[in-house]
Amino acid sequence: MKGMNGDAIRDPYAHFSNWFDGEDPARLRKKQREAEDLFRLTGITFNVYGRAEAAERLIPFDIIPRIISGREWSRLARGIEQRVRAINAFLYDIYHRQEIIRAGRIPVEMISRNVAFEPQMIGVSPPGSVYTHIVGVDLVRTGPDEFYVLEDNARTPSGVSYMLENRETMLHMFPELFSQNRVQPVSNYPKMLRRSLAACAPSCANGNPTVAVLTPGIYNSAYYEHSFLADKMGVELVEGHDLRVVDGRVQMRTTEGYKPVDVLYRRVDDNFLDPLNFNPESALGIPGIMDVYKAGGITIANAPGTGIADDKAIYSYMPDIVEFYTGEKAILQNVPTWRCNEPDSLAYVLDNLADLVVKEVHGSGGYGMLIGPTATKKELNEFRKKLTNRPGNYIAQPTLSLSTVPIFTRAGLAPRHVDLRPFVLVSPNKIDITPGGLTRVALKKGSLVVNSSQGGGTKDTWVLEE
Amino acid sequence: MLGKTAGGLYWMFRYLERSENTARMIEAGQRIALTRTGGDEEWTSILQTSGVLPGYLAAYEGEVSRDTAIDWMLRDKDNPSSVLSVIEAARNNAKTVRTALTREVWEGVNECWMSLKTQLARKIAERDLPEVLQTIRQRSAFVRGALHGTMLRNDIYNFSRIGTFVERADNTARILDAKYHVLLPSATAMGSSLDNVQWQSILRSVSAEGGFQMAYGSDPRPREIAQFLILDRRMPRSLASCTDKIRSNLGHLTGDYGTRLPCHDLVDRLALKSMQRNVDEIFDNGLHEFIQEFLEDLAAVGAQIEIDYRFYQ
Repeated sequence: MKGMNGDAIRDPYAHFSNWFDGEDPARLRKKQREAEDLFRLTGITFNVYGRAEAAERLIPFDIIPRIISGREWSRLARGIEQRVRAINAFLYDIYHRQEIIRAGRIPVEMISRNVAFEPQMIGVSPPGSVYTHIVGVDLVRTGPDEFYVLEDNARTPSGVSYMLENRETMLHMFPELFSQNRVQPVSNYPKMLRRSLAACAPSCANGNPTVAVLTPGIYNSAYYEHSFLADKMGVELVEGHDLRVVDGRVQMRTTEGYKPVDVLYRRVDDNFLDPLNFNPESALGIPGIMDVYKAGGITIANAPGTGIADDKAIYSYMPDIVEFYTGEKAILQNVPTWRCNEPDSLAYVLDNLADLVVKEVHGSGGYGMLIGPTATKKELNEFRKKLTNRPGNYIAQPTLSLSTVPIFTRAGLAPRHVDLRPFVLVSPNKIDITPGGLTRVALKKGSLVVNSSQGGGTKDTWVLEE
Repeated sequence: MLGKTAGGLYWMFRYLERSENTARMIEAGQRIALTRTGGDEEWTSILQTSGVLPGYLAAYEGEVSRDTAIDWMLRDKDNPSSVLSVIEAARNNAKTVRTALTREVWEGVNECWMSLKTQLARKIAERDLPEVLQTIRQRSAFVRGALHGTMLRNDIYNFSRIGTFVERADNTARILDAKYHVLLPSATAMGSSLDNVQWQSILRSVSAEGGFQMAYGSDPRPREIAQFLILDRRMPRSLASCTDKIRSNLGHLTGDYGTRLPCHDLVDRLALKSMQRNVDEIFDNGLHEFIQEFLEDLAAVGAQIEIDYRFYQ
């Protein structure tokens, strides 16, 4: 709520700060508990993998909103739009003429030896050339007007249900805050998602395309979100066994027989999408869906093979990618990244391990990473070995001096590190960014890890009207 | 609607109904145990009526006692029909079909699961039993109320109701089947009153002591009890009443979809064959045989519904 170096209240927090000072901490603590009961009753829980008890856990919710001014947001939104536009152009290029490689801006082995590159997508042109219908760009702030992109989630980004439910919870608990502050609404997201998906329907669809959400099922960690989105969009929530290829279309089994699906918003990884074309062991997918897709019989959102754009090794090339396809300098900063497959970089990383963050190229969810400054000797040595054995599997980045926002603790307000994941919808002629996004917060003092699987929490994110 | 969703709704409401029926059976059993000195034979009959005796005998090597019987029926995870198992199954189904449910119905099921998971986490002491049984009945009534009060009268509603009544009919028929000997003339002198405890047990297990008394007076005769549980349409748990409901909800589906399917013929036949009778006729032809046939026909209707509306394939 306060600036990085001073004690002045940041502008956007002015009204909120007044309100907070007038509140009884005991009442706020009660509200915090109420919020948790509400989440539990609604069933906004996630499943933790690898626990015998298949525990359903709540993601901790902090009642202090993170507030962004309208002016800051407009600049941020321009940067995000530019980046997402470049990502889609990059994907089209990579699966067609590969101009960026011909131009020498990206080494060919970054693509050809990358497991995220999907050969089945070569030459495939999805409707409107949209590959990433839904993107979640993870940002951190390091100073006023200085935002870095941590990663581009271009496969199946999750968390949007928390963005929406966090707002609902705040509206329910503190209605007065919303009359005192002019907060840009987020509740349109499901409607826009549906419209955006429908706009990408294949040409064989009629005027009112059938959209469905594909989920791995109720034991998936993000199942709540899948059912939430299907519900709010008013579309069917399907699993692999509800679908089959009939007459060259992907069709769902209804009480009245099979009905074609035009657009499938899949929350299943590429690998599990089609046992005939990818992992033959997959019970979650639909045999033959890739063939229908390539023949233009269905739109898959996001397209298979988009992982090549959010891969952590490709990430280091993003400033070049943005410039190559948009002809402009990137508005959002990239974190300087050492690619450990380059001998010089590897040497630097090994020498400075205790100051760096090391990530697996294909890792996600905060698993398998090393945070140098807080790591033990043993952990550092383990990573040294890993890096030497498989350098190509890792990248390293400096630890950023992340900005903090306040959370509500037993002892009052306390600063914690946060990131921000705005959600971006791409349709053939339009990019929509919901103002705000999901703010994830590291609840442990000093911690930089915000992932919910690692004890992070969430907050409501406000973008004020300009 | 997805076939899977129809199946999920149907089973969700079968499970909820089953949890309530099991609680009622335990209540009836407990009542007999308290009013009668003696052994645990009644619990064998209760387990039998609830259809969980074979599993129980395998798990407990043939020993039947009050404590283990109640534990098996309430909370044993190895018993797929224990209250805890069916509530968990109902909630998993609710998750699967969540997009079809109103917020009220979902929250009803979720709360039911949350409170019973806590209450049934440990073995239930005898003195806590009434409270637990009450929770089960109240929670399941709450979901039913939310369904009535908030859901559209469409296919979603109809599949939910069909599940409820198939389970309920099955339950009432089983109770009759386990106790039919009590109602037969050979067991009592013609026209005399039944053994007080036995008839109370039957009526209690369908929560209908008061209802019966209101309709037939306080001096029950076997045929009246049979009449009440089989043919009396005023009684919401009677076979006739449940069959009527299954028929009318299936009929609404014909309206929703504009198609008549084989399950409609099966349920019509069931209604014609079993319910257009008088109770003397049923007794003359054999009460036991009648119930056996009803249970078979009901199972056939259930299986046909699953096929006709593509629950699984």
